[in-house]
Amino acid sequence: MLARVVEKWLPRIVVMPLFAVSLFFVYGFIAWTTWISFTRSVVMPDYGFDGLAQYERLWSTPRWYVALGNLAVFSILFIGLCIVVGILLAILLDQRIRIEGAIRTVYLYPMALSFIVTGTAWKWILNPGLGLEHLAHQWGWTDFHFGWLVDPQMAIYTVVIAGVWQSSGYVMALFLAGLRSVDDEVLRAAAIDGAGPIRTYTSIVLPMIRPVFFSAIIVLAHLAIKSYDLVVALTGGGPGYATDVPATFMYSFAFQRSELGTAAASAVMMLVTILAIIVPYLYSELREAGR
Amino acid sequence: MKTSKVFGRLLFSVALVGFVAGGGPSAFAGGTVEVLHWWTSGGEAKAVGELKKTFEAQGGTWIDSPIAGGGGDAAMTALRARVIAGNAPSAVQLKGPGIQEWAKLGVIESIDDVATKEKWDAVLPPVVAAVMKYQGKYVAAPVNIHRVNWMWANPAVLAKVGAKAPTTWAEFNETADKLKAAGITPLAHGGQPWQDATIFEVVVLGVGGADFYKKALVDMDQAALSGPTMVASFDQLRKLRGYVDKGFPGRDWNLSTAMVMNGQAGFQIMGDWAKGEFLAAGKKPGVDFLCVPPPGSGFLMNADSFTFFKDPKPGRAEGQKVLASEIMSPAFQRTFNLAKGSIPARIDVKLDDFDDCAKRSAADLAAATKAGSLLPSLAHEMAVPRTVRGEVLDVVTNFFNSDMSSKDAAAALAAAVKRAQ
Repeated sequence: MLARVVEKWLPRIVVMPLFAVSLFFVYGFIAWTTWISFTRSVVMPDYGFDGLAQYERLWSTPRWYVALGNLAVFSILFIGLCIVVGILLAILLDQRIRIEGAIRTVYLYPMALSFIVTGTAWKWILNPGLGLEHLAHQWGWTDFHFGWLVDPQMAIYTVVIAGVWQSSGYVMALFLAGLRSVDDEVLRAAAIDGAGPIRTYTSIVLPMIRPVFFSAIIVLAHLAIKSYDLVVALTGGGPGYATDVPATFMYSFAFQRSELGTAAASAVMMLVTILAIIVPYLYSELREAGR
Repeated sequence: MKTSKVFGRLLFSVALVGFVAGGGPSAFAGGTVEVLHWWTSGGEAKAVGELKKTFEAQGGTWIDSPIAGGGGDAAMTALRARVIAGNAPSAVQLKGPGIQEWAKLGVIESIDDVATKEKWDAVLPPVVAAVMKYQGKYVAAPVNIHRVNWMWANPAVLAKVGAKAPTTWAEFNETADKLKAAGITPLAHGGQPWQDATIFEVVVLGVGGADFYKKALVDMDQAALSGPTMVASFDQLRKLRGYVDKGFPGRDWNLSTAMVMNGQAGFQIMGDWAKGEFLAAGKKPGVDFLCVPPPGSGFLMNADSFTFFKDPKPGRAEGQKVLASEIMSPAFQRTFNLAKGSIPARIDVKLDDFDDCAKRSAADLAAATKAGSLLPSLAHEMAVPRTVRGEVLDVVTNFFNSDMSSKDAAAALAAAVKRAQ
């Protein structure tokens, strides 16, 4: 009798503190931030309701649009390129080559670095006075120009380059696992039916590992939306604020400018963006699970 | 086992902090202060060490709370958290209109009795004194005055093109063109928003004059912000954009200073902290480098100060008074500023040990005070609240890094300021 009660309640009791903590520290603070976004808070929180003034302010700030535009460019290119590069690497590695383990590790290693290290390293590589351009000039190719890092129009693409370098190895690992899970019988059947390697992958293997795409996109999307450290280390949001993203915008308004209200409004906008991606995904997942 | 050990250690340190904070040894004559600051490196750390030494010599207990990072952003975040928790430090390295922002929240302690007794009004420039007061009462003590509008030049480089230090923007442009033709970067500059704003405000003062500067960048007058003088200022800033080298984005100011030192660049427009770089490299003012005011007259000041917060813990009120008095003592002002490279906030300190640039700075300060052209720096958070400053910086840095027209920039500036107010 007692054993049954314990069996019934013990898991709940064990989970309870964690549940309470995350309820408070995650959802409690989300609620607090949302509330602050409807107030006039400047240096310190001020709990008087002020309607949508902070949102009007946010949406009339040119810098916010720059941040949103950069987020769109970065997310689309980052997710797209990571997946393309990841799949290619995975397929190449899947050809039963020698020392696969070593190569896999090499590709996966960038993931072990933090975005700060990645950003700093690429900052030096891409700096016209120090890195690639300088090297090319020293080798005698003096016409070589690669100043994306210091060009406000192009700087956001350097963030994409560094991000893809960092994360595509991880995507490769995801896809490699997916490819390995495909039954050899299927591949053999395809070969007997006369499908070439390209046809085999595009029509049979990749559709079969569709769930891997979903996982990869979800992981990369949240990396993209919350990207902060990479931008800070690589460009510092510059030149000017040309590579600002919502996360750096929020940080700079909250902590450099004492504009807690506007910063909270931008944080809520980021949350809404993530929800817009996550909720449909969760919904479809849960519906499938329920079936 | 391990956890309990850690926990035990934690308990012990909490107890220790409680003991110190609780004022166990506060029987000392000088009281206790906890000082929150972000002077953690080089000459700055040395300068704050001087303050600690003088305070402890009075028998006080100094609790150091250095919080490095982000040019004070990290410290401000810590301050916010501590004020919310009702545990404010006794003194905070806080300056400019930031003092008023915190004072409005009712968390600032007045030190007016010390100031009245020591007659601070008589020894501080009125513009500086006004920043230190809230509702007519002193709540902060200034440690120094930095001059923001300095132009650092390499005389050897200027001699190469046969030029002297320019006194008008037209002359500056002429010299810069010559330098550029000779393959030398005319202006060493780092593309960070605060540095862009620094040269912007120097240009505004130079082009528009002191009255215009005050109207536009201190009073934030809409007509002045969008008017023709502002457009002319942006035109000159656009000219300067053409004089910087290609690798300028994100560069730190001290690297720009090194460019002038090595003869790679002719000029740098930067506050007097740049002097420390020259002196540290063993260069002599007037011989290896020149410090000249940029075109235009006036003095843009950036004064660091310690602001006193309400701190009810025992011994703290006493410590605050001693600290305020120490900060304003001529002896401390002298040693501190020798270490930091700025000039004393007190105008009656003997400057015999200071270098020529500092002496020039002090003489110009006195002249500017008389002429009413002593002005607070916008880029260095002396003129307007951080909210407004941030919007101005956005416009200026965006202008500097794009091909926006001067007219559009002036209009955008006025709109941005309106949004922040």
